[in-house]
Amino acid sequence: MSGQPVLSLRDVTKTYGDVGALRGVTLDVAPGELVAVVGPSGSGKSTMLNIVGTLDRPTSGTVTIAGNDVSAMSDDALSLLRADHIGFVFQHFHLQAGATAAENVADGLLYAGTVRRERQQRAVRALERVGLGHRVDHRPNQLSGGEKQRVAIARAIVGDPTILLADEPTGALDTASGTAVLELLRELNTGGTTVLVITHDLELAASLPRQVRMRDGEVEHDSGGGTASGAAAAVDAAGLALAIRGDR
Amino acid sequence: MSGRRTVGAGDLLRLGVFGLRTRPARVVLSALGIAIGIAAMIAVVGISSSSKARLDQVLDALGTNVLTATPVEGFGDSPPLPPTALDSVLRQDDVESAAAVGTVPDGHVYRNPFIPAPETKGIGVLAAWGDVPEVLGGTLGSGRWIDDRAGAVPQVVLGAQAARALGVDHVRADSRVWLGGQWVQVVGVLQPMQLAEDLDTQVFVPRDLATSLGFDGAPTSVFTRVDPERVEQARDVLAGAIRPGAPQDVGVTRPSDALAAKDATDDSFTGLLVGIGGVALLVGGIGVANTMVITVLERRAEVGVRRALGARRRNIRDQFLVESLLLSFLGGVAGVVLGVGVTIVFAVGQGWPVAIPVWAVAGGLGATVVIGGVSGLYPAARAARIPPTSALAAV
Repeated sequence: MSGQPVLSLRDVTKTYGDVGALRGVTLDVAPGELVAVVGPSGSGKSTMLNIVGTLDRPTSGTVTIAGNDVSAMSDDALSLLRADHIGFVFQHFHLQAGATAAENVADGLLYAGTVRRERQQRAVRALERVGLGHRVDHRPNQLSGGEKQRVAIARAIVGDPTILLADEPTGALDTASGTAVLELLRELNTGGTTVLVITHDLELAASLPRQVRMRDGEVEHDSGGGTASGAAAAVDAAGLALAIRGDR
Repeated sequence: MSGRRTVGAGDLLRLGVFGLRTRPARVVLSALGIAIGIAAMIAVVGISSSSKARLDQVLDALGTNVLTATPVEGFGDSPPLPPTALDSVLRQDDVESAAAVGTVPDGHVYRNPFIPAPETKGIGVLAAWGDVPEVLGGTLGSGRWIDDRAGAVPQVVLGAQAARALGVDHVRADSRVWLGGQWVQVVGVLQPMQLAEDLDTQVFVPRDLATSLGFDGAPTSVFTRVDPERVEQARDVLAGAIRPGAPQDVGVTRPSDALAAKDATDDSFTGLLVGIGGVALLVGGIGVANTMVITVLERRAEVGVRRALGARRRNIRDQFLVESLLLSFLGGVAGVVLGVGVTIVFAVGQGWPVAIPVWAVAGGLGATVVIGGVSGLYPAARAARIPPTSALAAV
């Protein structure tokens, strides 16, 4: 599962006024990777998520997603890029309260130009993939926190994105639900989806094959070189997590 | 990546309906202003049209080919019409039928002999030539028209208001009134005369009886029904026919014009009410804009999520614009229903036909679309400018 990186950052900086949120980040993510971007608040990981997700543009540097150089693209073109290649999972789910699980998931295809019938069919299939085939017609207020996040994940993967970005996906969940959601992300990764998890949870990060540790807008440590996979990387990661905990 | 992908009209509509469906109380309150404005306009136009439709019905029934000749009212004495006026008029080719009345200045009529003389209740006595109600399109509520042949017994027909004042609503064998110092048999009671309302307060007697009351034999009004195709020509010749030497002393009017003019004077009032409806619409539009601005503020996270899912700025703009249009249009539909209802209740209550012009309904709904569009432009533009990062920033 190597080849051209699905995500590539080169010397990316982002400044807000005088504050440098990102100060020269270089990162490659290969297809099929499961990467944790970890760091305390203020480390620049949220800014990195915005830039990787093309929700915001870098001040300088190059961002390439699925072979597209983002800096040259218009706002409309970026929107289409997001529709085609990027799936988002948010800490607070952000589901439509009045809509059923299937309707929420189908919204993930609304801007990709898919016809309604196909959106609905694929939404049901996506819900089945995340183990919510029995919750298709439930509304968010009828679902537990973990189920809501799984609906949100289904919405993110319904369009078969090149990369799945998860922002603190377990941050609003209890331990058991969080473990289940993480297990789901791992399953999706096993199925071939490239996953980038942004978290401040070192333990969670340590359980993933590759960790990118952020501090003060820079990559402090990267446990993989873009091709990390398998048991060796996992062992390496566990060791790193111990090291990080030792730091603090 | 295709650059032409759009969110279809059906999906936009679904998004708009969803946006409104999940906030029903707000929808009702902000659509109310529009509804009131549209209802006011539809009701005003509908009631006015129904009134016109009623008038048209009346004019259809009465005809617009009745002409009335009277002495010109002006400064000084205008000579009365000659006693031969009716005969002269009947000789004209364009005249289909004619009748005349003449005021009996000293004629007074009372319910019984014990009423003091000054209490005439404004009821006048007219001498009649020919079948006055037939020429004027009037009808008898009961009884028959007077027999004015020479030698006929004294008899009287009462105008509608005069009959009420004299306490005779229906002709019976013993229906009498005290007229000129004697009991006179009532032979008929008229229904209100739409084309000559001033006749409703009069009673009609044969000329023999009138003469015995001091009538000078000069008619004061000659009513003619003329060829409907030649009303204007007939109008020109009537005065000359009645008074060949001095046609300027005879005035010829068309009573149906007066009816139509009376209705036309209501138009200024209608304009005022439509203006008030317009103000209500304007305020309603501002209400919709206000609601949409607040909605957009509240839904920054939703916009952010949609941008993250791949929505372009125009998709967001369209979504909120459609929502605004729908909100306003819903108000418009409710207003039309309300306005039509008010019109029906009012018109039926008045015994009018219900007439609501299609242009008023279509115009009202069209106006709500324009209002919704204009009101939604600014909020939608604001929504489109919400940065995509809002989904992550909002908690």
